Amino acid sequence: MSDPEKKYKDYPEGGVIDEAGSARKYKTGDWRSQKPEVDKEKCINCLWCWVYCPDNSILVEEGKMVGFRYSHCKGCGICAAECPKKAITMKKEGN
Amino acid sequence: MQPIAMNGDQAIAYAWKQVNPDVVAAYPITPQTIIVEAFSEYVADGLVDTEFVCAESEHSAMSLCIGAAAGGARTCTATASAGLAFMWEMLYIAASMRLPIIMAVANRALSGPINIHCDHSDTMGARDSGWIQIYGENAQEAYDNSIMAFKIGEHLDLRLPVMTNFDGFITSHSLENLSLLQDDDVKKFVGEFKAIRPLLDYRNPVTYGPFDPPDFYFEHKYQQVEAMSRAMPIIKKVADEYAKLSGRFYDIVEPYRTEDADFVAIAVGSTAGTLRSVVDELRAEGKKVGSLKLRVFRPFPDKEIIEALEGKKAVAVLDRAISFGATGPIFPEVRSALFDASERPKVVNYIYGLGGRDVSIEELKSVYNGLMTGRCDRVNYLGVRI
Ligand code: SF4
Ligand code: SF4
Repeated sequence: MSDPEKKYKDYPEGGVIDEAGSARKYKTGDWRSQKPEVDKEKCINCLWCWVYCPDNSILVEEGKMVGFRYSHCKGCGICAAECPKKAITMKKEGN
Repeated sequence: MQPIAMNGDQAIAYAWKQVNPDVVAAYPITPQTIIVEAFSEYVADGLVDTEFVCAESEHSAMSLCIGAAAGGARTCTATASAGLAFMWEMLYIAASMRLPIIMAVANRALSGPINIHCDHSDTMGARDSGWIQIYGENAQEAYDNSIMAFKIGEHLDLRLPVMTNFDGFITSHSLENLSLLQDDDVKKFVGEFKAIRPLLDYRNPVTYGPFDPPDFYFEHKYQQVEAMSRAMPIIKKVADEYAKLSGRFYDIVEPYRTEDADFVAIAVGSTAGTLRSVVDELRAEGKKVGSLKLRVFRPFPDKEIIEALEGKKAVAVLDRAISFGATGPIFPEVRSALFDASERPKVVNYIYGLGGRDVSIEELKSVYNGLMTGRCDRVNYLGVRI
C-alpha cells in the first residue's frame, strides 16, 4: 500500500521496483469486499477449501482447517462454494 | 569537413554511426528503410560495434529497444507510418519506463487506402505517448536533430525517449549537400551513456514494468509530466551547445520575418522552408507577412508561440494531418496557447499535403491571401479537389 506521506518524487522513476522481494509487503487482501467465515461445528476438515483457494489463503495446522489468511484472501468465495458441508459463509467486509 | 551529398535517411544513419550506439533495432519500412540498410553496412564493415538486431515487426523492434535500454544500452531505431502505429503500445511503455530511446521517423501517411508518401498522421497520432517530438526541415536538420536527440533524451533530469521526425521522401530520399561533424566531436558531444538502474546490474536487482495499481500509477504519470516540463530548457541548452560545435543553431520555434508581420503561417517539417520563400516573395510585394517553424511539438511550446504571435492580426496553422471529427492536430494547440495572449490573433487552420500531395508556392500564397482578405474558413483544405 502507498504511504500517504510519500509524494510522487519519493518513488523511483518509471515505476521501477528497486527492492527485491517487496511483493511480500503488498497485502492483496485489501482488495476484498466480502470475507469468508468458517463454522467449525460443521467443518469436517476435508481440506477441499484448501485445494480450491486460488490465493493459498486457507490456513491448515496439523491437517485441520483453522481459518483464513486475510492478508491475502481476495474474498472470491470459491471456498464457500466448494465446501461440501456449507461450513463457509461470505460476509460483507467491514461488518 | 567538406559538404557531402546525402539524403535524409543516409544522414541519420551517418549520425548514428558517429554516435556508435550499443543496440539498433531494425525493421525496414518505406521511407525509412535506407536508414537501417545504410547502418547495417556500417555494422558489416566493422565501423561501429553496435549490436544490430533484426526484429520480425515494429512492435518487436520497439520491444527490443525497451529491453535493451532497460538493460543499460544506448539504443535507437527507425520507423514510419503503419510501423509506428504498430509500435503504439510499446511507445507508451518506453516513455513511462523513462528509457531514452532515440527513434527516427520518416513521416508517412497512415492507411487507408495504402499510401507510402509524406504526411504527419503517423507521428501526430503518437503525440500523447510521452515521447519528445522534434521535426526536421531538411536532411541537414535530420542529421543535426539525430545527434542532439541523444543528449536531450539521455539528460539526467529528463530520461525520456525522443522521436526525430522528418518528411518521408521529400527529406528521406532527396539528396542535399550537408555539413557533417567530425566523429570525435560527435562522440565528445553526446558523451558516454549513463545507464540508470540497469537490469544487468545484478548486484542491485530491479524490476521493470511491474503492475502499477491505483495507489501509485498517477504519481508515476505525474513524474512524466514533470520531466516533460523540464524538457524545453534542456532542448534549448543542447541546441546552444550544438551551435557552438557546428555553427548551426536551432530554436524551439523559428520565426521568420515575423517581427513587424501582421499575418503569419505556421508549419512543421519541410513546408517550413517553402513558407519562408513564399514570405520573401510576398514581402517583395510589400505584404506584411511572416512564418513560424514549429520545431518541437512535444512538449508543446505555448510560451514561445505566444511570444512570437501575440498581437498579430491573423495566423494560419498548416496541418499535414487530420484529426477526424475535429481539425488538424496542431491547430487547436496553437489556438489554445494564443487564448492566453493579451492580444489574440484570429487563428485558422489549413489542412494540406495529405498522402504526399505536393504543396505549391501558389497554394501557400493563397493561405496568406486568405489571412489578409479574411476570406477563409475556420478550417480550410488546401489543394484537394472539392
Ligand atoms: S471445505 Fe468445508 S468442510 Fe472441508 S475443510 Fe474446508 S471448511 Fe471444512
Ligand atoms: S474467499 Fe477465495 S481467496 Fe479467500 S479463502 Fe476463500 S477461496 Fe481463498
